[in-house]
Amino acid sequence: MAGLRARRARRQAVFRWTTLAVAGVAFLLPLGAMLEFTLRDGGGTWALLIDWPQLSETYPDLAEGIVASFGQAVLTALLMLVLLVPTAIWVRLRLPGLRPLVEFICLLPLTIPAIVLVVGLAPVYAWVNYFLGSSSLTLTFAYTILVLPYAYRAIDAGLSAIDVRTLAEAARGLGAGWFTVMARVVLPNIRSAVLSAAFLTVALVLGEYTIASLLNRTNLQVAIYLLGKSSATMSVAVSLAALLLAFVLLLLLSLVGDRRKASR
Amino acid sequence: MNGVAVHLDELRRSFGGVPALDGLSLEIQPGELIALLGPSGCGKTTALRILAGLEDTDSGRVLVGGTDITDRPANRRDMGMVFQAYSLFPHLTALQNVQFGLKLRRRAAGDRAAAMLALVGIDAYADRYPHQLSGGQQQRVALARALAIEPQVLLLDEPLSALDAKVRVQLRDEIRRIQTEVGTTTVFVTHDQEEALAIADRVGVMRAGRLEQLAAPTEVYLRPASAFVADFVGLSNRLPGRLDGDAVSVLGTRLPLVQAAAGGPEVTALVRPESVDVVPDADGTGRVLSTTFLGPTSRVTVAVGETLVVAQVTGERLAELATDTRVRVDLRPVPVALEGVSAS
Repeated sequence: MAGLRARRARRQAVFRWTTLAVAGVAFLLPLGAMLEFTLRDGGGTWALLIDWPQLSETYPDLAEGIVASFGQAVLTALLMLVLLVPTAIWVRLRLPGLRPLVEFICLLPLTIPAIVLVVGLAPVYAWVNYFLGSSSLTLTFAYTILVLPYAYRAIDAGLSAIDVRTLAEAARGLGAGWFTVMARVVLPNIRSAVLSAAFLTVALVLGEYTIASLLNRTNLQVAIYLLGKSSATMSVAVSLAALLLAFVLLLLLSLVGDRRKASR
Repeated sequence: MNGVAVHLDELRRSFGGVPALDGLSLEIQPGELIALLGPSGCGKTTALRILAGLEDTDSGRVLVGGTDITDRPANRRDMGMVFQAYSLFPHLTALQNVQFGLKLRRRAAGDRAAAMLALVGIDAYADRYPHQLSGGQQQRVALARALAIEPQVLLLDEPLSALDAKVRVQLRDEIRRIQTEVGTTTVFVTHDQEEALAIADRVGVMRAGRLEQLAAPTEVYLRPASAFVADFVGLSNRLPGRLDGDAVSVLGTRLPLVQAAAGGPEVTALVRPESVDVVPDADGTGRVLSTTFLGPTSRVTVAVGETLVVAQVTGERLAELATDTRVRVDLRPVPVALEGVSAS
């Protein structure tokens, strides 16, 4: 009996390690290959990548794409938070009947392929061009829609973890207006959820290619793609750097989540 | 700090066509502690929430200190509320929770908040976060937070129901002590009759969105205005009787009525177990069916013909009442209520 159990445990351990090894190779091998490829010139590519003035002089399009992407990421995160946090709180407090509808709307972008989204967005962006110009930062609007499913889920989960209604009523009874309720009672208690939503947004925007490319805007991924035709080494190095940045963001995200659990 | 008078005037409120309040009117004296008692769904919490401004009325008025505040939003009503669910702000310490309302009023928060924590006996835990406090401690902090803003009215929405029995009794007595000390007009909602009787100046028994009776605890218990009150407050026997003028004859004993009644003559009288005495008697008409030991007092169920009578007896008496003992059932002549008979 004991021998049987030990054998099963051993077999499970073997299975686990095999899975991990296969998955690790599948993930790490391409990354390792990318790293090796970019190091063939003796590290000159990486030296150039961290030397911003030199980089923007040598590859102006890439520099423009990097700036555009960071701008889009920050603006999208802000716009998403401004739109979503009050809406999610309000729906929970005052219009609970609307929750399924709001959830449905927020999840919708997940089911629509980016290419279809662009077909719908193109006429809208004709107007955006007309009013706001053709700056790459206008992609913020499209990206806000794109990140809704992830951001809404994160914020909604945060709100589920606290008794929003009772907290809000207690605060109102103590003399707090709605703004104070949101800013000083609800927001501090869903801080990690808000951070999660923001990190996810940044990670998603930094990796976005389809919409930017099809709407003739520039961003990091578009620039990398174009660069790939002229300077393969640099494009691979930038891709790798972008991937690492996304990893770091997601790592931070899980750390924030862990700390919250630990403090409970 | 002196309390103000509160007047609820013909409050009506329905949820999806179902009335929760059906013309509730209630006068509360300054500094008084009123307990609203009733089964779930009787509208007691709705009444409290309307008073707090957390719920709208369909019609009717709320007056506090003579001022009509029916349309005033909750955050400008000046009321302190303690909820059934733990409602402390999780990201603030006990002290910061108490300071919250004071800071909104731009008042020096430090001393008063500390004094309030001392008043509820929790000053040693001022720097703890809510998740580091027990349920009873959290409700104490919630009470301190509600009182810190010197509210005109203190509203307690079943604040003890989430606590275990011992803490509940302790905190109940403490709430009464503090309320007497600060003199704030208080409304206490509960479904626990013992709690209501123990704590309140007057108890309002509610049923289907209306007040069934509003009177001092002893009055509610000893002279229930209706069969519903008699049944809900304390345990009652339903015994068949014959209406006979201003009295009712039950098991051969004439009992006075709490209020004159018309109808009958066959009626059902509500008799409290403590008004029933069971005496061993070989010639008695009753037979002991079962006994339940409850500590200080015990309960005996006796069959008298077809009728079951529950009596409350002392421990010594219980020893003489084995199952199947022949007994005599005596009723003490205290006023009783009748079931299903309209008052005349």
